[in-house]
Amino acid sequence: MGTYIVRRLLQMIPVLIGSTFLIFLMVFALPGDPVAGRCGERACPEAYVAKFTQDYHLDKPVLVQYGYYVGKLVRGDLGTNFYGNSVLHELAVRFPTTLRLAVIAILFEIVVGIGAGVWAGMRRGRWPDTVVTIGSLLIISVPIFVIGALAQLIFGIKLGIFPVTSTSGTWWQLLLPGLVLGSVSVAYVARLTRTNLVENLRADYVRTAKAKGLGRGRSIGLHTLRNSLIPVVTYIGADFGALMGGAIVTERIFNINGIGSFIFRSISQRDGVSVVGAVVMLVFVYLLMNLLVDLLYGALDPRISHE
Amino acid sequence: MAVVSMLAAACSGGGGTSSAAGGTGGEITVRGCTPQNPLVPANTTETCGHYVLTTLSSQLVHYNVDTAAPEMDLAQSIETTDNQTFTVKLKQDRTFHDGTPVKAHNFVDAWNYDAYAPNGLNGSSFFEPIQGFDDLQCPTTDTKCATQKPAADKMSGLAVVDDYTFTIKTTEPVSNLALRLGYDAFAPLPDSFFKDPKAYEAKPIGAGPYKFVSQDASNIVVEKDPAYKGQWPGHTDKITYRIYQSTDAAYADVVANNLDATDEVPTGMLVNDQWKSDAADRNLTAKEGVIQVAAFSPVDEQLKNPTLRKAISMAINRPEITKQVFLGTRAPSDSWVAPTVDGYKAGACGDTCTYNPDQAKALYQQSGGYQGTLTLAVNGDGGHKPWADATCNSIKNTLGLDCQVIVTPDFKTLLDQMENRELKGMFRYGWQMDYPSIEDFLTPIYQTGASSNYFNYSSAEFDGLLKAGNTAKTSTEANAKWQEAEQVLVKDLPTVPLWSTTRPVIWSTNVTNVKVDPFGVIVYSAIQKK
Repeated sequence: MGTYIVRRLLQMIPVLIGSTFLIFLMVFALPGDPVAGRCGERACPEAYVAKFTQDYHLDKPVLVQYGYYVGKLVRGDLGTNFYGNSVLHELAVRFPTTLRLAVIAILFEIVVGIGAGVWAGMRRGRWPDTVVTIGSLLIISVPIFVIGALAQLIFGIKLGIFPVTSTSGTWWQLLLPGLVLGSVSVAYVARLTRTNLVENLRADYVRTAKAKGLGRGRSIGLHTLRNSLIPVVTYIGADFGALMGGAIVTERIFNINGIGSFIFRSISQRDGVSVVGAVVMLVFVYLLMNLLVDLLYGALDPRISHE
Repeated sequence: MAVVSMLAAACSGGGGTSSAAGGTGGEITVRGCTPQNPLVPANTTETCGHYVLTTLSSQLVHYNVDTAAPEMDLAQSIETTDNQTFTVKLKQDRTFHDGTPVKAHNFVDAWNYDAYAPNGLNGSSFFEPIQGFDDLQCPTTDTKCATQKPAADKMSGLAVVDDYTFTIKTTEPVSNLALRLGYDAFAPLPDSFFKDPKAYEAKPIGAGPYKFVSQDASNIVVEKDPAYKGQWPGHTDKITYRIYQSTDAAYADVVANNLDATDEVPTGMLVNDQWKSDAADRNLTAKEGVIQVAAFSPVDEQLKNPTLRKAISMAINRPEITKQVFLGTRAPSDSWVAPTVDGYKAGACGDTCTYNPDQAKALYQQSGGYQGTLTLAVNGDGGHKPWADATCNSIKNTLGLDCQVIVTPDFKTLLDQMENRELKGMFRYGWQMDYPSIEDFLTPIYQTGASSNYFNYSSAEFDGLLKAGNTAKTSTEANAKWQEAEQVLVKDLPTVPLWSTTRPVIWSTNVTNVKVDPFGVIVYSAIQKK
């Protein structure tokens, strides 16, 4: 187990290097000059352009720029963005907010999604099943900005139950956006759980367990559900990574100062250093989540072993 | 002898009674956005930083909120006899937030630093009129000053006479220099700035009614400076500029009274004036010093004919587009100048900017027409496509000329293409003024070789009239000359005016006295708590 984790961690290094390089190339390939447009509707003064170009090595070939970047990266320095701020600091400020938002959304997915899925799966073909199916279809088909804006209008502005926007990113301020953000995934998790549960309930081993006289709770909870959760855990793991990438739409509606809006702004500013820095962090989160999911497989299904 | 009139500093908009120092004015929160650069005044040329600088810094002059006329702020007087040598006398009781007095050398040193090319400040071009500016620039062949430092690091046109007096010499006569000195870039800098610019960037020190407290990813906070002795003190004790990611979130917060003011309203709320009922009795529509024009490509041979340009201009139904597409947030332009400024002349563009399908058709026939498809280029990141489509349709329906909108991914791309003269057909161009004078809408854009002259426009007559305005003895005379220059544009039509911008502003039920300045920016220091 220990060697497996170490091996996986070592594998991350080439992935990180490869992904930073690709992102760097992509940002570099975007049309337009990062300096143009920094001076409103006018052309920037030559001296300003010159200093800016020099400070950020914009006149060097992309490989040289990348070299500068990696040189800093190995020292744990994510560089300085076009606002003159340390990218590491910018990310550190936003990371807790995004993490809180993602945790709320994921908890919502796990509790409500799996709960609804089990409820529907156990009563296949009866009204709870229909309710969950229709409900999840509805949520999946409505775009998230509609759900977000509606939730904000109803619960924030009209009823005043929740804060309208997030000002400092506390748990309470992020509750409503977190639920909005998790809503689509809740629907997917519910459907995924239901389908897998229904399938596994027909499996031979469940019949055997019943024939042996094993209680309903144990046969379903311990055996069937554990087996059914493997695809669900995979989905939730990947989703957590995606949520950490920031929920650009939700963050904009509720004015959450997180990673998503930071990446959005940086891309529109051609601020390559910020984009790459944020993506490095995201890739890292993704890889960690992947590892965690793989380890969870082993816990859910003893037949899967990492030794 | 042209002495800038010293208006009595009575209660004018931002001024008025100051609440007793000691903190009874309460605190307000207003919409802010992330400044592009650290808040060094001469490095701030964009809106987000400017919002904060309006409270942090004071300049020699202050623009009257209602008339845009310059009023003396840090200056006691600015005098000149020839529009080329100006004597500036300072008030002796004004201080920076660190307690040091604002003296003549704080201006001279700051301006020399700002104009010195190796410092690479964004607003360095504002100092161009001052004698010796060129000596502070890099040799022309080398924009980086890598091989050769500029010839000097002090402009010969600036001289300290005594602690509270200095003189400015300009290369050419500039009759509206005093009016220009109200722009952010001309703010003085305290002695501590020159010792450690980095420390200043982390904690800017100005001479304005509010001093800097903190800045992070979500908020910029300023608090009232109790030592401020100027005529426009702040009313509230603390102003927080809360950074918003989107217009909608800020709007929702103001409607719900969680935010005290915003100057942006989402498009959806403009429909049927929804915003005016959402924020009934707490809204206003501000005129801005911003104008949009449609420019003709200098490299499109077919468009060289002014008659054809006039035909195209007359085929654009401005009133209809501003009403239908902009939902009243734009006003049709009858001039190349925004209506909030000194020297604006209503109707300067005359019938050329008036929608007249019959005459447009006649002129189009007369001009020989345009072969192929006329294109109109706009940037895709500024919400320009709807009006561009409407404009194209207007041209198409009136002249029978096929017109297509080209959308670039973003403004940067469009600007690059404009700079490299790659665009054929027409393209959009916007201008946000730096100082409220008609001259600011002419010189930087249409003078031969000007920095923002993307149209290769060059007219000796126009340049001559600009100069005549700059040497004029009085501001009335100067404005008359500049208005004549504008008439040359009517003849040549390098661009055609489309509309000027207005800004919807709303505020919460907790505050009163929300006003906007000639730039369309909220006068944050004047806002009062109920």
